[in-house]
Amino acid sequence: MSHPAVPALEARSITKIFPGVVANQEVSLQVHAGEILALLGENGAGKSTLMNVLFGLYHPTQGEIWVDGRPVTLKTPRDAIALGIGMVHQHFQLVPVMTVIDNIMLGDEPIRYGLLDRRHAEERIRALSHQYGLAVDPHSVIEDLPVGIRQRVEILKALYRNAKILILDEPTAVLTPQEIEGLFAVMETLKRQGKAMIFITHKLKEVLRIADRILVLRGGRVVGAADPQTATQSQLAALMVGREVILTVEKGAARPGAAVLEVTDLQAKNDLGEPALRGVSLQVRAGEIVGVAGVQGNGQTELVEVITGLRRASGGQVRIGGVDRTHASPGQITHAGHCSHVPEDRHAYGMVDSYTVADNLILNQYAQPPFARAATIQQAAIAEHAEKLVKKFDVRTPSIETPGGSLSGGNQQKMVVAREFSRPIQLLIAAQPTRGIDVGSIEFIHQQIVAKRDEGVAVLLVSAELDEILALSDRIAVIYQGRILDVVDRAAATREGLGLLMAGVKAEPT
Amino acid sequence: MHIFSLRRAGQLLVVPILAVFSALLVGALLMWLFGDDPLAAYRGLWEGAFGSPRAWSTTVRKMTPLILTGLSVSIAFKAGLFNIGASGQFVVGTVCSVAVGVNFEGMPAHLLLALLAGVGGGVLWGLIPGLLKVFTGAHEVIVTIMLNYVASLFAAWTVYAGGTQGQTPGPLWDVNAGPISRTAEVLASARLPWIFGEPYRVHWGVLLAIGVALAMWWLIFKTTLGFATRTVGANSKAARYAGINVRWITVLTLMIAGGVAGLAGAIETLGLNHRFAPEFTGGVGFDGITVALLGQTNPLGVLLSAFLLGALDAGSARMQFDSGVAADIIQVIQALVLAFVAAPAIIRQLYRLRKPGDLSESTVFSSGWGR
Ligand SMILES: Nc1ncnc2c1ncn2[C@@H]1O[C@H](COP(=O)(O)OP(=O)(O)OP(=O)(O)O)[C@@H](O)[C@H]1O
Ligand SMILES: [Mg+2]
Repeated sequence: MSHPAVPALEARSITKIFPGVVANQEVSLQVHAGEILALLGENGAGKSTLMNVLFGLYHPTQGEIWVDGRPVTLKTPRDAIALGIGMVHQHFQLVPVMTVIDNIMLGDEPIRYGLLDRRHAEERIRALSHQYGLAVDPHSVIEDLPVGIRQRVEILKALYRNAKILILDEPTAVLTPQEIEGLFAVMETLKRQGKAMIFITHKLKEVLRIADRILVLRGGRVVGAADPQTATQSQLAALMVGREVILTVEKGAARPGAAVLEVTDLQAKNDLGEPALRGVSLQVRAGEIVGVAGVQGNGQTELVEVITGLRRASGGQVRIGGVDRTHASPGQITHAGHCSHVPEDRHAYGMVDSYTVADNLILNQYAQPPFARAATIQQAAIAEHAEKLVKKFDVRTPSIETPGGSLSGGNQQKMVVAREFSRPIQLLIAAQPTRGIDVGSIEFIHQQIVAKRDEGVAVLLVSAELDEILALSDRIAVIYQGRILDVVDRAAATREGLGLLMAGVKAEPT
Repeated sequence: MHIFSLRRAGQLLVVPILAVFSALLVGALLMWLFGDDPLAAYRGLWEGAFGSPRAWSTTVRKMTPLILTGLSVSIAFKAGLFNIGASGQFVVGTVCSVAVGVNFEGMPAHLLLALLAGVGGGVLWGLIPGLLKVFTGAHEVIVTIMLNYVASLFAAWTVYAGGTQGQTPGPLWDVNAGPISRTAEVLASARLPWIFGEPYRVHWGVLLAIGVALAMWWLIFKTTLGFATRTVGANSKAARYAGINVRWITVLTLMIAGGVAGLAGAIETLGLNHRFAPEFTGGVGFDGITVALLGQTNPLGVLLSAFLLGALDAGSARMQFDSGVAADIIQVIQALVLAFVAAPAIIRQLYRLRKPGDLSESTVFSSGWGR
């Protein structure tokens, strides 16, 4: 690969210190036009921080940023945008009730005769969509769009502002495999048209596939680089974590007991009022892991929400431990039903950003002893509990008094998992339990899930990662258009067979 | 950990201090533009608020209802609700406490009953927007504003003196007042006793208000109910996930907010005015919004900000007398304080906006919202 002499974007010895944390220490990197640089690193390694520095959201404690061979000062993202830097955040920054056009032009509105020139904006958006293969209807409203399309809008928003350098922070974490394919196609196009990209992910397969160069961070420092042509997944994992990582899960045979979760002919509507579950029946027995596989949007989210009491069932029944809990409240299901729930969307349901790590670790047990006595909060018990969990689950945080929202994405997820995995339960519902988590911690969380199973807990696992489903499940239920199309034993399951089922094709019994 | 919370306390104070400072500065500029002498005005203000025991007593007297209406608005904020209805709740509390206070001669625990009546009236006035919000989705801002009108018209009707053409007078009208619309004086047994009598006129209400503030702090930060309330305000989805009954917390919080504002009305009446007339409006209810925001919706912060606003109020008369600057400039300054301290906060509250990304250094100012 031949580079133009001058990098499009360059970080020179960036150091960023937060109170109590050195997030980046003398980090240098370069990215050239027409190149995809992948940034790897453990949770809390400092990837997002570095990107936020390059986008002008944080100010480096030390170090310089160079764009096109000139040193620059980025006071705010506005400065970064003016220099052609665009960023797609992990949590989208779109106004849900506004249209695609309005979102894209927000903050950079074309004005004609003192009025908004929507037509002009629309033309530009259409041209850009066409040029880069980013199909979007400019008139649709954001909240009606699936995640993958919203991400396209984010990318369009950056391109609309003439971005030459795109920063993508874990763009694939929330996408389905199909959407990831779409994103990669877009990235390839952008690359051909000379854009420089920095791409962050925890999925090593993706890195090997799309990146031109790989840079690895650990503990805020650059610890190495790798060439995607020659590197292997286990090499990358070892470089990231600093030790060998076992990428496969070791587990014995399941010894299932009585049914704990019994879902019968369950029906429910989605947020738009359309039927999302059309008669789901499913059983999970004590001591087994049942994986729910399916293309995102086939009712997985609604299924979990109905079981955990967050969404009303419009028909059918949910029994937990032999008790009818169809219309029970989330609190009843958690406590009386002895159920844990790792929610799919941790920011919406799983945590309160402004609460301390300690408070987040008791979020759904705040009224239970020993954390509360006589309706008063027991600070000491909460702190003790937090210290224990933070250590056991390796949540990297300066202290248990740190606001949960300032942890790195993966460490927030570990915090939620720690809370849900450390109380006596009979049923564990884990939706995307390892989303945004580094390979080392995935290994640990997978071990914990298997350990729960071996303790006799019934586990319902929902994951967009077929690999994860295959690695952990004892039985696999495939959901398609709000129905369970088939339940197959792990031993009998093949990737191809599941793929067909997920597409709604059911082989006739022969 | 210790240092961390000290830092936090420091951060909490930054915005209010800057807001007050800027407001005083702009106020001075305005006076100067109109040819007045700001230094003389502020000297007068200081004298009127702190210059003598009399001045101090005025400050304390003005502060008392502000503490309570400030708390009313604050607790609602904690649950993510904007209570603009403290004014109406205050008025209803006043009327209810007067109704008990002028009747029931010789009743045991008369004072306590009159206070409770005030609280009860306020609770009712908070319950209505709470239920409407939970069951119909009506926004509490709209409903509480409307209820403010209902409250003041209702209150005026209760003391209506009757018309010359034989219109019926209101039920609380004092027959001895002739054509004047007002109630009789509250019976001695229902009055809050003086701590310092004439000419200081400081009554026990101030200690009651401070006590309520401390209790409120404990409730919000130390009890499970407070945890639930704060969680609802910070992230109502997470609250549902955590097993909290969001509807119940919403209704309960507005009831508490109403009750505290109602208590403010009761205390003002039973301690100070000893009667009700329509011109006793619920202005302190609106000032409660300024107090709450300046106090960062923290009950202890509310104590400080109520003291400050009470002092501004107390000093304004002396300021006008000494320097000739119209006392109205104080209202301008108070409005400026509100604008400076609240502009980002109110907007975030109303539109439920969240700051982008992590809790970065740029959000330090807003970290005081306890949300
Ligand atoms: N705003 C902040 N205030 C304080 N500390 C912060 C802040 N943002 C990040 N940190 C800390 O800086 C470190 C690096 O965090 P960062 O978010 O950059 O990690 P990351 O590499 O993106 O991790 P992940 O893979 O989990 O997203 C962490 O220890 C985190 O707790
Ligand atoms: Mg990150």
